[in-house]
Amino acid sequence: MARGQAGSAAKRKTNDTGSSGAADSAVTQDELLKYYRDMLLIRRFEERAGQLYGMGLIGGFCHLYIGQEAIAVGVQAIKEQGDQVITGYRDHGHMLACGMDPREVMAELTGRAGGSSKGKGGSMHMFSTEADFYGGHGIVGAQVALGTGLALANHYRDNKKVSFTYFGDGAANQGQVYESFNMAQLWNLPVVYVIENNQYAMGTSIERSSSETHLYKRGASFRIPGEEVDGMDVLAVKAAAQKAADHARSGKGPYILEMKTYRYRGHSMSDPAKYRTRDEVDEVRKTRDPIDHLQELLAKKGWADEAALKAIDAEVKKIVADAAEFARTSPEPEPSELYTDVYLEAAE
Amino acid sequence: MTDVLMPALSPTMEEGTLAKWHVKKGDTVRSGDVIAEIETDKATMEVEAVDEGVIEEILVPEGTEEVKVNTPIARLSGDDAAASAPKVEAPAQAAGDPEKKAPEAVEVQPEGEASAPVLPKVEMRDPELPEGVKLVKTTIRDALRDAMAEEMRKDDKVFLMGEEVAQYQGAYKVSRDLLQEFGDKRVIDTPITEYGFAGLGVGAAMAGLKPIVEFMTWNFAMQAIDHIINSAAKTLYMSGGQIKCSVVFRGPNGAAARVGAQHSQDYSAWYAQVPGLKVVAPYDAADAKGLLKAAIRDPNPVVFLEHEMMYGQEFDVPEDIDWVVPIGKAKVRREGKDVTITAHSRMVGMALKAAEQLAAEGIDAEVIDLRTLRPLDHETIVESVKKTNRLVTAEEGWGPMGVGAEVIARVIDQAFDYLDAPPARVHQKDVPLPYAANLEALSLPSVEDIVKAVKAVTYK
Repeated sequence: MARGQAGSAAKRKTNDTGSSGAADSAVTQDELLKYYRDMLLIRRFEERAGQLYGMGLIGGFCHLYIGQEAIAVGVQAIKEQGDQVITGYRDHGHMLACGMDPREVMAELTGRAGGSSKGKGGSMHMFSTEADFYGGHGIVGAQVALGTGLALANHYRDNKKVSFTYFGDGAANQGQVYESFNMAQLWNLPVVYVIENNQYAMGTSIERSSSETHLYKRGASFRIPGEEVDGMDVLAVKAAAQKAADHARSGKGPYILEMKTYRYRGHSMSDPAKYRTRDEVDEVRKTRDPIDHLQELLAKKGWADEAALKAIDAEVKKIVADAAEFARTSPEPEPSELYTDVYLEAAE
Repeated sequence: MTDVLMPALSPTMEEGTLAKWHVKKGDTVRSGDVIAEIETDKATMEVEAVDEGVIEEILVPEGTEEVKVNTPIARLSGDDAAASAPKVEAPAQAAGDPEKKAPEAVEVQPEGEASAPVLPKVEMRDPELPEGVKLVKTTIRDALRDAMAEEMRKDDKVFLMGEEVAQYQGAYKVSRDLLQEFGDKRVIDTPITEYGFAGLGVGAAMAGLKPIVEFMTWNFAMQAIDHIINSAAKTLYMSGGQIKCSVVFRGPNGAAARVGAQHSQDYSAWYAQVPGLKVVAPYDAADAKGLLKAAIRDPNPVVFLEHEMMYGQEFDVPEDIDWVVPIGKAKVRREGKDVTITAHSRMVGMALKAAEQLAAEGIDAEVIDLRTLRPLDHETIVESVKKTNRLVTAEEGWGPMGVGAEVIARVIDQAFDYLDAPPARVHQKDVPLPYAANLEALSLPSVEDIVKAVKAVTYK
């Protein structure tokens, strides 16, 4: 897929009759630099997580977000205070984008007391009520019903908040996704479904798993508008997210955004990724990388010279090194933590 | 200067073969570049560079077998010390040796106390009935409805959702008149979509509302069991206490009449096994009302098991008071000295009938209504068995791994020396519930089965 396909008006893929948002007309220098920094933070964080996994410091499963950074950052750019975010188990990037402390995220990966769930959740199960981040869910597709439930709560309270519910092309074939779509549209719930189509559900390509590979059309039989977006372009993501959020916030119900993206690494750390060629991965890295793209855009606009980018790079590296050090040295949880947080005490 | 270490490519990998180097001394590498290939018994995988720099030295030549995880395999000269790999002198537990991965041995607790740290012990008893309170004959159906209505009046975060709960007034008329009083925002008809609406309910609870999710029957909730267990019961723990989930899942449980195997199943033991859930199964109308009010107020997810065959039965319910019965406390329904019978839900009625028959034959049975299955009030059971020295458990579900099995295990653990006979279990026969009237009757536990079991443990 060529860059900009989704953004180009002539080739725009949508079943929404409304008009499309403008991509980069209104962005400021500060904003663009912030997106660059946030995306770079995710990239470097994930590379380091992969390294810590390789060293045996992170256990179990570890699903890296490398390649998909523009999506979490682009959506976050238009998220309002109190809007909720919920996703599946490829969740590190969303948490960093939401502003969770990289130390707490990394320490959760290593299963330490300083982790955001005190080490009891792990890579796939992290949460932050402060950041309106509702997980981090390990069962493929479960977050779609839960995220729609967050929207039900917003609707119930009439608080004008939106639930950003992320899932992948794999989860898009789960039955509860469509149960949720149906109720979301039936009740006009304020939810934006962000489908991160990275082309592979573990080792199964979208062509091998899906009778309809254009996932933005998946809401059509529920009358939910949908749109394909270049998920490698943070400004395209941002513009589409703004439009979808406006739709949901104004009481018109759910909206589907299919973000076309790509994950560079295997499904999880233990995936040898033999279902695709190295050339395919290299091609995407070379031609569609979301961070390279943003770097070019910054250069084109004259908003960041090499020294400025280097400074950001150094800042990010420092944060990640600090997070890794914290995650390595934070103690394991006390044995007494085994029995805490199973039940809340009744108030009376 | 940074060492590139032999990575573990799976949670269990301890060593591998360094099959191939893609870089040589003097090459410059960037993050993400493939630098080597590693073979394990399962797969060949590429190793990507994390740090940037120049390869200063290859420490392990290609073709080397049995390279231990975390062995330095190359040396990289970088310009940024902050970015270098963290040293690997991590706590032994985390460093890849599966033997050492377990945390320091936690002191093994006696079975009976395993959940003690979780639920602090509080003195729980039914509220005293005030002087002059009026008792009104009420069906269980209406007692449940009253409980929901009272809690919905008290707290606007409480709402009801499920199939046919609003306009149809409830498949079993349990939600009669609620739509009229509270409107369609708080009494929500859902499509037939158990997995979906259970998930929506749990999501709304995570956002701080207090949903009551009605399943037309618990049989259909099997489609939603993932959200009940994986989403509702576990999230408080997985979030380190951050995400609360105050939700009640309720509906009729157990065998109805002549509806066959798929519509007739007792889920008591299924849910009572899950930490994070509370499981309640009341017998009479006062408990149905008082326990449902407690369940709605409870900050945890509660599975509330009703019984279709009981909805129309009338019992005394105290009127005009805020009647709340504590979760976690059994009730001695009948005092006796010769044998303890435990039961819950509809089986309590059968146990009481059996006790009457037995009394006529000179056997004095004590009947304990468990009321809550998780947390189980084993103290009341154990105290009773210490007095009677004999135990019979009765439940509508299957026997293997059942509620009776758990009750007996607790008693053997805590009152072994008090038992004068091996305990006996009464339960459904170990078959899917048949449709034919005679076979159905043979399959379900009966008053007669309880009488027989009591005679066996009392050697009469």
